[in-house]
Formats: sequence, structure tokens, C-alpha cells
Amino acid sequence: MDKFAFDIAHFLAGSLVLVSLLLLYQDRLSALLNVFAFQAVVLALSVSWQAYVQGAPHLYLTAAIALIVKAIVIPVALHRMIRRLGIHREVETALNVGTTMLAGLALVALSIVVVLRVTADAGTLAREDLAFALSVVLLGLLMMVTRRNAVSQVVGFMSLENGLILAATGAKGMPFVVEISVAFSVLVAFIVIGIFLFRIRECFDTVDLQALDDLRERRG
Amino acid sequence: MAPIILLLWHVAVLLCTVGLGVVIRRSALARRAVYGVSIATCGLAVAVALVHLLASPAIDSIAVLPLGLPWIGANFRLDALSAFFVLVINLGGAAASLYGLGYGRHESEPRRVLPFFPAFLAGMNLVLLADDAFTFLLSWEFMSLASWALVMTHHRDDDNRRAGYVYLVMASAGTFALLLAFGLLAGPEGGYAFATMRARGPSGDLTGLVLTLALLGTGSKAGLVPLHVWLPLAHPAAPSHVSALMSGVMTKVAVYGFIRIVFDLLGPPAWWWGVPVLIAGAGTAALGVLYALMQNDIKRVLAYSTIENIGLIFVGLGLALAFEGNGMKAAAALAMTAALFHVLNHALFKSLLFFGAGAVLTATGERRMEMLGGLLNRMPATGLLFLVGAAAISALPPLNGFASEWLMLQAILLSPDLPQWALKLLVPVVGALLALAAALAAACFVRAFGITFLGRPRSEAATKAHDVDRLSITAMAILALLCLFTGVFPALIIDALAPVVDGLTDTRMPVQTHIAWLSIVPIAESRSSYNGLLVFLFITVSASLAAFVIHRVASNRVRRAPAWDCGFPNSSPATQYTANSFAQPVRRVFGGFAFRATERVDMPAPGDGRPARMTVTLHDLAWELVYDPVVGLVNVLAERLNHLQFLTIRRYLSLVFGALVLLLLIIASWP
Repeated sequence: MDKFAFDIAHFLAGSLVLVSLLLLYQDRLSALLNVFAFQAVVLALSVSWQAYVQGAPHLYLTAAIALIVKAIVIPVALHRMIRRLGIHREVETALNVGTTMLAGLALVALSIVVVLRVTADAGTLAREDLAFALSVVLLGLLMMVTRRNAVSQVVGFMSLENGLILAATGAKGMPFVVEISVAFSVLVAFIVIGIFLFRIRECFDTVDLQALDDLRERRG
Repeated sequence: MAPIILLLWHVAVLLCTVGLGVVIRRSALARRAVYGVSIATCGLAVAVALVHLLASPAIDSIAVLPLGLPWIGANFRLDALSAFFVLVINLGGAAASLYGLGYGRHESEPRRVLPFFPAFLAGMNLVLLADDAFTFLLSWEFMSLASWALVMTHHRDDDNRRAGYVYLVMASAGTFALLLAFGLLAGPEGGYAFATMRARGPSGDLTGLVLTLALLGTGSKAGLVPLHVWLPLAHPAAPSHVSALMSGVMTKVAVYGFIRIVFDLLGPPAWWWGVPVLIAGAGTAALGVLYALMQNDIKRVLAYSTIENIGLIFVGLGLALAFEGNGMKAAAALAMTAALFHVLNHALFKSLLFFGAGAVLTATGERRMEMLGGLLNRMPATGLLFLVGAAAISALPPLNGFASEWLMLQAILLSPDLPQWALKLLVPVVGALLALAAALAAACFVRAFGITFLGRPRSEAATKAHDVDRLSITAMAILALLCLFTGVFPALIIDALAPVVDGLTDTRMPVQTHIAWLSIVPIAESRSSYNGLLVFLFITVSASLAAFVIHRVASNRVRRAPAWDCGFPNSSPATQYTANSFAQPVRRVFGGFAFRATERVDMPAPGDGRPARMTVTLHDLAWELVYDPVVGLVNVLAERLNHLQFLTIRRYLSLVFGALVLLLLIIASWP
């Protein structure tokens, strides 16, 4: 592969990681959703670049799905949801933002070390892609762990899934069916979570998961 | 047809009998059908194994079935070692089936016995024939489960349920250890076939680990102290012919497993391998018989005595390892022969004794010896045959127990030739423990026989006992005759065992059958020799002569006088010498350190009407030192981990996240 193509792929995957770190930094839900939409756009770009470089036309479809569903449909739906719930300002964190960012940086370093060690004989592009993908996955998980608000956990989950898509497209010959099924499972999960959000709201007048936990502790 | 195919058919027939037992378990015919088929097919298997052992022991008979793991199939193989054990197991199986044919009539829940009995036999046979780790472990588990079902026959009894539970736990732990042992033997390439393991040769540093795991895995099934705790619970819980199978036969399958792994698969032994085996064996022998002496339940006495005999066998195996590790081939062959000979003997007399205990149980409904007594008059045949078994297990010449224990002691007497000081010092201690065990075993069976069959009946049930049916007596009589035969002609057995020993230690004992008068000379005539036949003749002749002389020369006038009355002519039978009285001296000597025994006498003040009581408390140290801490630890951990059930969603996620990061860190920092 020529140097230019590699650089572009590297740049796009790196941007994805950067956007993931940005996600961690947001302290308002609406801004969080915007950054998430931006992440989906970067993902779509990255996937279509992969499709172009690998000469795999079906990846364009993946990119299109990412663009339409993740950059437009889901963020719009979530925006409407938080507006209806009236919670667009609140992002309760369990850990302060600075510490979270430091942890996120450490995770990126960790995933790069791990992937570079274990994939010594894989192609360069695949290695870099995998390292970045693992970073995105770990950052998504970190977000789910450090946020109290259910909406930001949903966003964390979907950003995690973006990392998976990045990994899947980086590896040559990933069956299209797998990508489609991943995308649709996320969609279904999103719908289910959306319904749950409203149910939680109905019951507790808040989407802070602390309320759920309090109830459990009272019962337990 | 190749012998292995015949034996596989034998297993198949047994498995079909399981189906038969399930289908017609309600019919009156079921008992006869199941036990009848078992007798026939086990008899056939005995014949096949015997022919293989005598005619073509050097040839391995191999079969591969398209079952099991897809890339290796199910491998079966019959070599001299498995042929010998097939012989022992099916001999015991045939005897137990014959006994069951009569005894089963008194079984209250035949439907819980009939399907599992042939399954148990089939499982044991499969273990012996298996030639890859997968088949071996599968058969091993099948055997364990079938026997567990038999232990649970009388499941309404709380004690039996507990026995079943402990048995299941211990069996699983043992299988787990074996699984790990085979995993190590198979190596990173995953060569699960025994042939591959054999070809791999010594596995370096891991041999010690494999040896330990094999000792744990097979020892837990055989009943090595401290892994024996399930055995005295489970063996008496089952119906008596099943107890005989479990105690006399299944423990031999465990011995087989140990021999197969350590002598065959693990490569040439180092001298130190013998050390743990010797220590475990000698400790087991001494403690087993001490426990046996303390018991009042006759089947528990027999179960603990099995532990002792397993200890003896393992001492033989340990000696064989120690000798072979030092290149003392002839001595190794002697020790190995002694161990295998004892395997056969124990299967014979322990089955016989359990049959006898079963007969007593049927006749009186009582297992507590304190409630028996005087049965010899009412059950003369059972009593006599039990006496033969008791004499054999106490290693009295000319019976078979003596022959094998004598060989064992001969092997121990060779220990000064060992080069390592550790062994030079250890083996005589082991020998002393064996001698102690042998003496205590004799005391134990004098007690078991004396309290049960002699004296006066101590309960209503014992007064009304009748001898059991003819089939049960026949089964016992056959075993008793075999005990006598193998004891009188040990040379035949030693020579028949030679190919087995040859396969394991690369040499054999000198041919014995050519020696005049059928003597056996294990090492050299100048050192020692033994002639069972002469001893037998001498004992028979001198005993008849003595009886004759006493009856002739002494006054033959019959005088009747109240015996033992000491001024109380109509004393209660409860004033007789009891099992506890018999055990008391031994308990006083060994009880302190072996059982932490305490005696408490509750003596009422003069004028108080209440009876005096003496309470003896015995502790099983294996439970208290080994199992209670483990159980406690598990409970504490479970209590701690229980909190995990009530975490918040975010904490669960954090756990997953933390675990993931930790694993990644491990990968990143792996050298």
C-alpha cells in the first residue's frame, strides 16, 4: 500500500480516537450528542476510505449506514428525547472530567502497546487500525463506567460500537453480513434503550441511574 | 475375534442390560434377567482376559471406534495390564451378580438397583479398556455416576443422602485432578491418545506435578488418607453386593488408573517418585485399620479395612517405583508382583466379607455388631465362609492374604540395597507400619468375627436369624475357595502375573512353577521361600491330629456346665465382651494422636438411681484438619462473593471494564 493511502487511513482512525476523547470531555448532553454525530461522520469517512483502498464496494454500504443512522437518525432522535425529558444540560459524572481524561489517555497508550505486541506479523494498516479501534472501544467503556446519566451511557455504548466497526473494516475480508448485523443490533439496542429511558423517566422523574440503584439497595 | 472386540461386546451387552433393567424393572423377571446376563457376560470376560493373559500377553489388542473426540475417536486397547484388571473386575462382577441373584430378592427398592448395576460394571470395564484420555475420563465419570446412583439406592435415609453428596463431591474433585494430569501428559500438542503420551517420553519438570495429580485423582477414588472420607460413608450405604463391588472392585480400577498413568504413560521413574507414594500408602494402611478397629457398624469396618488394603497396595507400588528408579529391576518386579497379587486377593476376600455382611444384614436387619452375636449357630455356612474371608484378610497362612503380604515384606527386606539414605530410612519405617497394620487387621477381624458370630445373641433379631439362600452361599463359597486356591498355589498366580509385571518394569520375577513342591522363592532360596501347599497340609494334618488326640486322649465324656456364669447363671447377653471392649486397648494406645479420643465417665452419686455412662468421643482428623478448613474457606468466599449479586449497574460495568483492562495489562506486560 502506498504511503499516502496509509497516512489517510491513519489520520482518520486517529481522529476517531481523538473524537472519543472529546466525548469524554463534554459536560452537556446536547454537546455530547453533537460530538457523537461528528464521530459517526468520521467513522463513515474512515470506512469509505477503507472501501476505496481495499477495493471492497460493500464497505461503502457500511459507511452509508453509519452516516445515516449514527450521524443523523440517532443523534436527532436523542436530541428530541433529551428535549422532551428536559435534561439537555445535565451530565452527571461519577469521576471528574480531568481524571477521566487522564484515564482515557492511559487506555489509549495501553491499547496501542497491547495491539502492537500481539499482532507483530499482521499488516501495518491492520495493526494501526486495531490499536485505534481498541482505544475507541475502551474509551466507550470508560464513558459508560464514569457517567451516571443513562443517555450518556447510551452514547458511550454506541461509541464503543463505532470502535468495533472500525476494527471490522480494518481487517480485510470481513463478511458484510457481520457488519450489517452489528449495525442492526445496535439499532435494536438503541430502540430498546430509548423505550427504557422513557420508562425510567416515568417511574422516577429522572434518568439518573443512581435512582435505579437506590431502589435496588432499598429492596436488597 | 480379537479379544478387545469380545470385551467391547461384553460392555455393549451390559449396556443393553441397563436398557433391559429400565424397561422391565417392574417385572418379577427383571432381577433374574439382569443378574443372569451379568453373570454370563462377566464370566465370558473373565475367560477372555484369562486366555489373553496366559496365551498371548505380549500382543496388544487394539480397536478404534468412531466415537468421542472427532480427531482421535475412541481408542480401546487390551494389554497384559488391562487384561489382568479385567480379570479381577469381572471375577468380582460375576460373583456379585451371582450373589445379587439371591440377595436381590430381599432388596426393598430393586428398581433403583437393577438398571445401574450393569451400568456400573460396564463403566469399570470401559475404564480398563480405554486407550485415550478422553475415553478414559468419560468412562471414569460414567463409573462414578453409576456407582453414585447405587449409593443413593436407599435415598430416603439422611445418612445415605449425605454419603451420596460427599461421594459426588470427592469423585468430581478426583476427576478434576485426573483431567489436569492428562492435560499435562498430553502436552501443548494435545496428544490425548495414550500411545502419543507414551511416545512423548519423560516430560521434564512436570513429572512431579503429574505424579501428585495422579495420586490425588486415583487416590480419591481408591481411598488414600486423607482423601478417604467418602469411602466409609458410601460403601456401606449401597446394597451389600454393590458395596462388595465398590469396595472390592472399584477401588482396583483406581489402582489401575494409577499404574497406567505412573508406570506406563509418565516414562521411566526417578527414585524419589516412590517417596510420596510410600508415605501415602503406609499412612493409609495404618490409619485405615485403626479406624476400622473403632467402628461398630460391620460394613463400615469392612470399608475402613478396604482403605487399609489400598494402603498396602500403594506401598507395593511405591516400592516398585523406588526400586525401578534405582535400576533394581528384580526388586521392582517383586514389589509390583506383590501389589498386583494383593489387588487380586483383596478383590476376592473383600467381596466375600461384604457378601457375608450382607447375609448377616438380611438375616437380622442389623449392621451394628453390638446387636449381633452367636450367629455361627444359626448361620453356620455364612459364618464359616466369613471366617475364611476374615482369616484371609488377616494374612493368615495358607490363605491368599498371607502370600501377597509376605511378598510385600520380602520386597521391603531388600531396601538396604537402595542407594539413597532417604529411602534406606523411609522403607523400614514403612515396613514397621505395615507390620503394625497387619497385626491390627488381625485384631480387627478377630473382633468382627468374634463379636458377630460367637458368644450369645445380643438382640431378638440375632436369635431368630437363619442362613441365607443357596445362591448367596454359593457365591461366597466360590470366593472362599478361590482365596484358598490362590493362597495354596501362589506360584501359579505369580507366573500368570509375570507378563503384566514385565510390561511395567521391564523384567519379571523368576519362574516359580518349576520349583519343587510348588514353593515360591522370590529372590533366592538362601534368603527365603514359602510353600503354601505344605503349610496347608501341615495345618490340616496337625489340626485334625490335635482334634483327634483331644477327643481320644482327653476325656470324651460330655459334660454340660453353665459357661461364663461366674456366679450369675442367667446373666444378660449384654454383659458379654463387646466390640467396644475389644477395641478399648487399641483405642487407649492410639486413640490419643490418631483420633483425639476422649473418654468421659458419668458416675452417679451413691443412692442415685440413674445408670452410669461412659461416653467415648472420636474425631476424624482428616475431616477436621483437611476438609473443615476447606469448607470454611469456601463458605467465607461464597459469603463475600454474594455481595456481587447486589451491585449497581455501573459497578457491574466497572467490574467488566476493570477485568478487561487488567487482562490487557497482563498481555502488555507479558515477557
